[in-house]
Amino acid sequence: MARELYQQIADGILVGGVYALMAVGLTLIFGVLDIINIAQGVLVILGAYLSYSIYAHFHIDIFVGLLITIPAMFVVGVVIHWAFIRRLRGTERTSMTLLVTYAVALIVEGILYKIYGANQVQINEPSVNGTKATIRLLGFYLPDIYIYSFILALVLVAAIYLLLYRTKFGRGVRAVMQDETAARLIGIEVNRVAAVTFGIGIAVTAAGGMAYGATNAFNANSGYDLISRLLAIIILGGLGSVGGALASSVFMITLESVVGIWQPTWAIAVFYAALILVLLLRPEGLLGKKAVRAQ
Amino acid sequence: VRSISPGTAVKGGLLVAVIALAIAFPQVLTNPAVTTYGVFAMIFVTVASAWNIFSGNSGYISLGHAVFYGSGAYALGLMAKGWNVEGSTVFALLPLVGVIGAGIALVFGLIALHVRRHTFIVITIAVFFIFQLMAFNFSFTGGSSGLNSPFLSWPAATYNTPFYYIALGYAAGTIAIAWAVRRSRFGLQLRAIRDDEDRARGLGVKTMRVKLAALVISGAITAMIGGVWFYFINQVQPQTGFDPLFDLLIVLMAFLGGYGTIAGPALGALIIEPGTQWLNTQPQFSGLSQILLGVVFLFVILVLPRGIIPTGGEWAKKLRTRGRPAVVATVAMSSQGDVPPEPPVSDKVGAAQ
Repeated sequence: MARELYQQIADGILVGGVYALMAVGLTLIFGVLDIINIAQGVLVILGAYLSYSIYAHFHIDIFVGLLITIPAMFVVGVVIHWAFIRRLRGTERTSMTLLVTYAVALIVEGILYKIYGANQVQINEPSVNGTKATIRLLGFYLPDIYIYSFILALVLVAAIYLLLYRTKFGRGVRAVMQDETAARLIGIEVNRVAAVTFGIGIAVTAAGGMAYGATNAFNANSGYDLISRLLAIIILGGLGSVGGALASSVFMITLESVVGIWQPTWAIAVFYAALILVLLLRPEGLLGKKAVRAQ
Repeated sequence: VRSISPGTAVKGGLLVAVIALAIAFPQVLTNPAVTTYGVFAMIFVTVASAWNIFSGNSGYISLGHAVFYGSGAYALGLMAKGWNVEGSTVFALLPLVGVIGAGIALVFGLIALHVRRHTFIVITIAVFFIFQLMAFNFSFTGGSSGLNSPFLSWPAATYNTPFYYIALGYAAGTIAIAWAVRRSRFGLQLRAIRDDEDRARGLGVKTMRVKLAALVISGAITAMIGGVWFYFINQVQPQTGFDPLFDLLIVLMAFLGGYGTIAGPALGALIIEPGTQWLNTQPQFSGLSQILLGVVFLFVILVLPRGIIPTGGEWAKKLRTRGRPAVVATVAMSSQGDVPPEPPVSDKVGAAQ
C-alpha cells in the first residue's frame, strides 16, 4: 500500500510538471492580458496532434519535432490575438474574451474532429514508448517519457522565468501586468507585449501537448478534460501568479493521482472540491493578489 | 386618463399578434416534424429568458445553466420512477422540480457569487463538470446510459401539441417575470450591480441577496423546463442533460438577440434553436455544426456585441429622427464593441431607498 502511494506521488510530481508548463502559459496570459483562455485545453490537443502527425509522416523524434511545433503554436497564438482578442475593449472585456476563446475552442475542436475523427490515438514512438522503457530511480519504476517530459517542462518553465525576470522584454511584461496605463506612458509597446505574451502562452501548449499525447490516449474531445484541470489549477494558484501555477499544478495532480488509488472515477472531483473549498476560504486563490472586487 | 402614445399602441399590437401567432402555430401547421421545432424553440425561449433574468441583469455570465437543466431532467425522471407516476400526472411534479432547481441554485450561488465576474464564469464551468461527473458516476442516475421517462401513450399525430402549449406557457411566464423584474426595484438593484457593484453596495443594495435571488429564480425556471424537455424526448444521458454546448448556445441566443433586454433572448432563441435543429437533420453538415456555432459566436461578439434588438432600435430611431438633431446619439456612439451600456442606475436605486 505504502509502496503504491509513493509510486503515485512520484508519478503525480512528474505529470504535475507537465501541467505546470501548460498552466504557466494560461496564467501568464491572464496576468498580462486579463484573458482567461478557454481554448488552452483544445490547443494542447492541437499541439499533441501536430506532434502525432509529424512523427507519423516524417518519423522525426517527437522531441526534435518540437523545433517545428513550438514556433507553429506561437504563430497560432499571435494570429488568434491579432484576429480576435485585440479587437475587444471596454469594461466587460475579460468576460467577452472568455466567450471569444470558448468560440475559438469550439472551432478548433470541430476542425480536429473533421481531420482526425473521434477515435482516440496516442503518440507511439518506439524509442520512447514502444519498448515501454522504464527507469529505476530511487527505487521507483518510472516510464522514461515521464522523466523526459518533466525535464523538458522544467527547462521551458525556467526559460519563461528567465525571460520574465532577466530580460528587457520580461521587464515590459511585468510592467504591463502591474499597470497597463503606466506601462504605456513610459513607452512600452503594450500591444506588442500582449501579442508576444499570448504567443508564448500558446507556444507552451506544443510541448505540453507532446507530453500529454505521449502519455495519454486522446481525441479532439480531450480538451475539456484538460481545460477543467488547468482552470482549477490557475485559480487555486491565484490568477496571474506564475509561482502559484507551478505549486498548485504539482500539488493538485499529485493529489488526484493519490486519490485515484482508492477512487479512480472520482479522482478528478478532487480538483473541483479543492477549488470550491479554497474559494470559500480565500476568494483570491492561494497566492493571488488582494484586489478581489476590482472589476 | 392616460393617453396611449402611438409607439405603445404599435408595441401592444405587435405583442397581441405574436401571442396569437404562437397560440395558433400547432393548429395551423399540424405536421409533427414542424411542431417539434416549435416545442424546442419554446423550450429555448424559456431557457434563454431565464438565463437573462440572472446574467443579463446582473452582468454575471453563467456558463453553467446546464446544471439546472440537467438536474431538472434527472429530478423529474427519478421522481416519476420512484413514485410510479405515469401519463400526464407527471407534469404535476414540475413545481417540485422547480423547488429542487431553486435549492441547487441557492447552494451554487452561495459558493460561486463571492468572486470576481470572470472567476465566476470559470466556477460555473467547474460546477457544471461536477454535475456531469456525478451523472456519469452515481448508480441511481443510470451511469452513461441515463434515464428513460415513463411511457406516454398519446397518438403520434398530436403528441407534440400538449408539450408545445406547456412550453409556450413557460416561455410566456418567463418573459412576464423578466418584464416584472425589469420594472421592479429588484431589477434596478440588479442592474446597479451590473454597472458598479461596489457603488451599489455603498448605496445600500444587499448585493449578495439580490444576486442570489435572481439566480434562484433563473435556476428554478431552467430546472422545470429541463423536466419538460426530458419528458418530451423521453430520455436523458449525462452528455445530453449536462452538455457544454447547451451553455454556450443560451449565451449565444441572449447575445444575438440583445443581452440584458427582454425580447432579445427570446428572439435569439427563435433564430438559433430551429437553425441548429435543422442543421442536425442535414447529413452534409454533419460535424460542421460545431464549427458553425463557433463562427457565429465570434461574429456576434465581435461585430454585433449588443445584439439585434438594441442595434435595430438604434436604426429605427435614426430613421425616425432623420434630418432632425439626434438627442440620444451620445449613448449609441460611446458603446461600440461593448456590452449594452445604460446610464448608471445606481443613483436611482439610492433615491428609491
